[in-house]
Amino acid sequence: MSGNPDPRQLSISVLRYHPQAPEDPPRLQTYEVEEAEGMTLYLALTEIREIQDASLQFDFVCRAGICGSCAMLIDGRPGLACRTLTATLSPRITLAPLPVFELIADLSVNTGKWMRAMSERLGTWVHYREEADLDTLEARMDPDLAEHIYELDRCIECGCCVAACGTARMRDDFVGAVGVNKIARFRLDPRDARDDGDFYELVGDDNGIFGCMSLLACDDVCPKNLPLRTQLAFIRRRLARQGWR
Amino acid sequence: MKVVHTDCLVIGGGLTGLRIAIAVRRRGHDALVLSLVPAKRSHSAAAQGGMQASLANVVKGQGDNEDVHFQDTVRGGDWGADQQVVRMFAHTAPKAVRELASWGVPWSRVRPGAREVMINGEQVTLNERDATRGLLAQRDFGGTKNWRTCYVSDGTGHAMLYAVGDRALAEGVPVHERVEALALIHDEGRCHGVIARELATGEIVAYVARATAITTGGAGRLYRVTTNAVICEGIGHALALETGVATLGNMEAVQFHPTAIFPAGLLVTEGCRGDGGLLRDADGHRFMPDYEPEKRELASRDVVARRMEEHIHRGKGSHTRFGEHLWLDITLLGRAHIERNLREVKEICQYFLGIDPATEWVPVRPAQHYTMGGVRTDASGQSRTLTGLFAAGEASCWDLHGFNRLGGNSVAETVVGGMLVGEFIADFCEHPENDLAYSEALIRRFGQREQNAIDALLASEGTEDANALRISMQEVMSDKVGIFRTGEALAEAVEELQRLLQRSRNIGLRYKSRGANPELEAAYRTRRMLKLALCVAAGALARTESRGAHFREDYPRRDDAHWLRRTLASWPHPDASMPTLDYEPLDVTSMELPPGWRGYGARDQIAHPDTETRQSEVDALRAHYASDGHYAAQAACMPFDHLLPARYRGRNARIEDTGP
Ligand SMILES: Cc1cc2nc3c(=O)[nH]c(=O)nc-3n(C[C@H](O)[C@H](O)[C@H](O)COP(=O)(O)OP(=O)(O)OC[C@H]3O[C@@H](n4cnc5c(N)ncnc54)[C@H](O)[C@@H]3O)c2cc1C
Repeated sequence: MSGNPDPRQLSISVLRYHPQAPEDPPRLQTYEVEEAEGMTLYLALTEIREIQDASLQFDFVCRAGICGSCAMLIDGRPGLACRTLTATLSPRITLAPLPVFELIADLSVNTGKWMRAMSERLGTWVHYREEADLDTLEARMDPDLAEHIYELDRCIECGCCVAACGTARMRDDFVGAVGVNKIARFRLDPRDARDDGDFYELVGDDNGIFGCMSLLACDDVCPKNLPLRTQLAFIRRRLARQGWR
Repeated sequence: MKVVHTDCLVIGGGLTGLRIAIAVRRRGHDALVLSLVPAKRSHSAAAQGGMQASLANVVKGQGDNEDVHFQDTVRGGDWGADQQVVRMFAHTAPKAVRELASWGVPWSRVRPGAREVMINGEQVTLNERDATRGLLAQRDFGGTKNWRTCYVSDGTGHAMLYAVGDRALAEGVPVHERVEALALIHDEGRCHGVIARELATGEIVAYVARATAITTGGAGRLYRVTTNAVICEGIGHALALETGVATLGNMEAVQFHPTAIFPAGLLVTEGCRGDGGLLRDADGHRFMPDYEPEKRELASRDVVARRMEEHIHRGKGSHTRFGEHLWLDITLLGRAHIERNLREVKEICQYFLGIDPATEWVPVRPAQHYTMGGVRTDASGQSRTLTGLFAAGEASCWDLHGFNRLGGNSVAETVVGGMLVGEFIADFCEHPENDLAYSEALIRRFGQREQNAIDALLASEGTEDANALRISMQEVMSDKVGIFRTGEALAEAVEELQRLLQRSRNIGLRYKSRGANPELEAAYRTRRMLKLALCVAAGALARTESRGAHFREDYPRRDDAHWLRRTLASWPHPDASMPTLDYEPLDVTSMELPPGWRGYGARDQIAHPDTETRQSEVDALRAHYASDGHYAAQAACMPFDHLLPARYRGRNARIEDTGP
């Protein structure tokens, strides 16, 4: 593939463990790959699996940075593997599964289960007042507000913010920046009938907004650049006011 | 073997599957969704540009309605579509987009007043009306007469899937993630559910249901370069095919999207051109107006993709070590527009190409994008040959798209199909004659068959490598069953695919785990994909005409006289090396829009003998009912109301009464 006369040799070390085969303890396994132009971690891992090691497990779906399946620790930092160009990394790369989430095997973790539980707990849907009449004009919305909601709606539930979070590592039930961001999103949405009192019930404790230690690693690692820092601070202020009531 | 019972089993957790499950639940039945991945990671999330629905809010959409949407869609599909289905769809799309608005999708909204836009390379000022303030906005897309595509910046699919996914949570729809359907359970023309495999453990589970719906999306991975996700392997199509009873419609109709990033194949949305972006060649020349003076960059995708390849063949592509490509120029739209309305495009360019599309051109070349073919159903989404089997969304062929899908019509189809087919499935479940009646022995037999097949693979001493076979298949498909096709190359493709299918019976595995095992998955999927690839290639070889995305250099004209018919592929004998092809005629005498010129592309079609008569009939009916309004004329030409569920028959309101 590569037309580069002198391509780099990459050493990709993967933290491997299959909970289904607990007799094999966790280990770091290193694969050598010749770098190609435009190579992403998706391409490198796929090549490793197709040619070197058919048992290696990881999750890719869209491979375009859209679906959030492939978050992992890339040299210790949570990120989306599919859109990480190997050229942006040193030739010695270490990959590990995201912490906090249930490990399925190797680099594959069960973010789906975690996110579903979070969503069910926080009711991350519009609690509308009544069913819309589909034959009539849609309800109007201020264009800026719609854009603002979309800004927060862009979360892809990849789990990077949770994996980077000090509180999430200590508290199993912490909703994470992803959860607080969802509260901010639905709070902003005039279609949602819930008020701050309702949101306080959901996240007004140490497993919610008051568990956040403001270390804000979440804000640094979010692959969609969601304004998590601002939202965490904002929701904390708003809900603290509720608490005093 | 674990056996799970439900009323409606939905295979696929994308927009279509989730919307069906919601509909069925709301009618008081159980629904259960299976998905390879967490539902919100389904490929629907990747849709960028938007969803077509004739709301006519923006000034450039004024005058839009179901009639125009219907006509654009039929023309776009080059008269291959089922026109009644197109009518049902165009009628329901406004309801679907409004429902999603009420469920929380943050659709982009109209801002009244003047705004600058790029149209045909020139800056134009549009004045949005005050009366439309805050209603859903529309953008331009290819092959449409009016601006009709509703959008959420360029993250439309994501926003839709999250809203529908969260609504499914709200309504208590269970989704079994990381579960793969392997085979439909059926006997005597009745489907009873599926045998599935839990991907994390390898456990085989039977799901038994009154109604089973295939909503598994596209099959882009049959090709080497595709915009589709890695899970779009067409396994749902194969489920139906391998029954030997259900049929696949028009598998040779494969869409190539003009603007996939070169060489990786990642999509940049048609919204780029809809918003005024241009295609340029190696010399920086804007070439589309030379070929397509009417619609230029915004002719339908099949036409633009062919023109691009043609231009490259003429030596006008830019050369790189990976091959040639052309350029997409959106710099003229300006940074503010790009950062507001084309954000995903910007991110993709930044991460994968290291460029800023506000200042640099994007290297593009057409890549496989959409599977028009699918599980053949009637207008209610049910298979005509396997009772209790339904299909909807990209995996289906109820036949909305004919031989070319319009941009923005697919995510619209997912939710419209979900709403309609969901109602029909609920109706089906309510009929006592459709109560579950199956023998446990049957379930065991099918379960055992799948387990044996997997055990045999694990024990096999075979010498073939599944990944290598799949890559060879993808090469054959891209090289010989692509945008330009010839009888010779297609015949070679069929032969090579048959050889690969033969070889796939001798796959051996290096990794023998019964549990999670990506190599095992690759093995059993590759076998199924090869059968599908053969349906595409054999169908394309047999179809000696050019229609929509199916272009035969040796038969360049659309031939309505012989080919106004749908290909039906089936695979009656598991060990056969070729599909059986049958044909189903399209009835010109009942068409509301008889075949003609599309308004772009070639004009030299061979007419069907009934076309002229039917055209004068339609003209006469229209004249006769002229004073009774469009609805009456339409109903006289081709009634479709009776095909809709009663709850969705109401007329759609618009800000101005431009209704038909
Ligand atoms: C990059 C890209 C951009 C696009 N942009 C647009 C756009 O702007 N507008 C538009 O109208 N269309 C667009 N499309 C097309 C549109 O997104 C898809 O056609 C549509 O979303 C498909 O939805 P679906 O529900 O049919 O399937 P999908 O969303 O693909 O869902 C399929 C589901 O089936 C599951 N599945 C598959 N096989 C199995 C199995 N064997 N067992 C169990 N589960 C299984 C998967 O896990 C998944 O949940 C785009 C497509 C691509 C590739």
